Amino acid sequence: MPLPEQQSVLLEQFAHGDLAAFEALFRQFQAEVYRWIVRLVRDPGVAEDLSLEAFWRIYQAHARFDPKRSFGAWARRIATNAALDHLKRARPQESLPEEVPAAIAPNPAVQRDIRERTMQAFRQLPANLQIAATLALIEEQPYKDIAESLGISVGAVKLRVFRALRILRKKLRGIGP
Amino acid sequence: MTEPNDSKIVALLKQSIRPADFELQPDLWPQMLRRLQERSAPVPWFDWALLAALVLWLCFAPGNIPVLLYHL
Repeated sequence: MPLPEQQSVLLEQFAHGDLAAFEALFRQFQAEVYRWIVRLVRDPGVAEDLSLEAFWRIYQAHARFDPKRSFGAWARRIATNAALDHLKRARPQESLPEEVPAAIAPNPAVQRDIRERTMQAFRQLPANLQIAATLALIEEQPYKDIAESLGISVGAVKLRVFRALRILRKKLRGIGP
Repeated sequence: MTEPNDSKIVALLKQSIRPADFELQPDLWPQMLRRLQERSAPVPWFDWALLAALVLWLCFAPGNIPVLLYHL
């Protein structure tokens, strides 16, 4: 991690379109952006592609970046938009993967049909509600961070989570242990 | 049929969709660099110089505009 003075110089250089500064920031933040995206799309391969797409957008938007602000927060917001675009494109035809990757393997105590119905209902949520619900309910991120990454207010995040839960309640009627 | 309450929904979601704890394995910079090179092929400087010379030439000799249009 560079010193604060070095970091601010790096950010200034990036804002002026310096490719070397972009490379340094890319190497510094790629893992963080990837982790953020994989939480949203829950597919490691797709998350790699979307990380590249997010950094491409970041590079294109360098002139709009304010070096006094946090690069990480700005990158997360762009990454969220890239993930949102992907989820919008992928819905609603996308079916659930047959094999769920090991790292998100379900609890064996949960019946397969219940699990599938829950996941299906979740995937059918509108993309903006799905992202808010993923971050708030599954990843348990603070509402403030979610609001920042989505570029909306904390109240709007809570409203999205509430709407997501309302839809899920209707879809999962009669389900549960 | 009754609707499950919010806490039951959240519990179901957490049991069905576990937090995604993936770490980035490869360094993505080589792919990023390739993408940058593919998508942003810059206009060579001599193309801009040629365009500037053409504009200057037409400014000083506007009578040549029809000749240029004829040859285009």
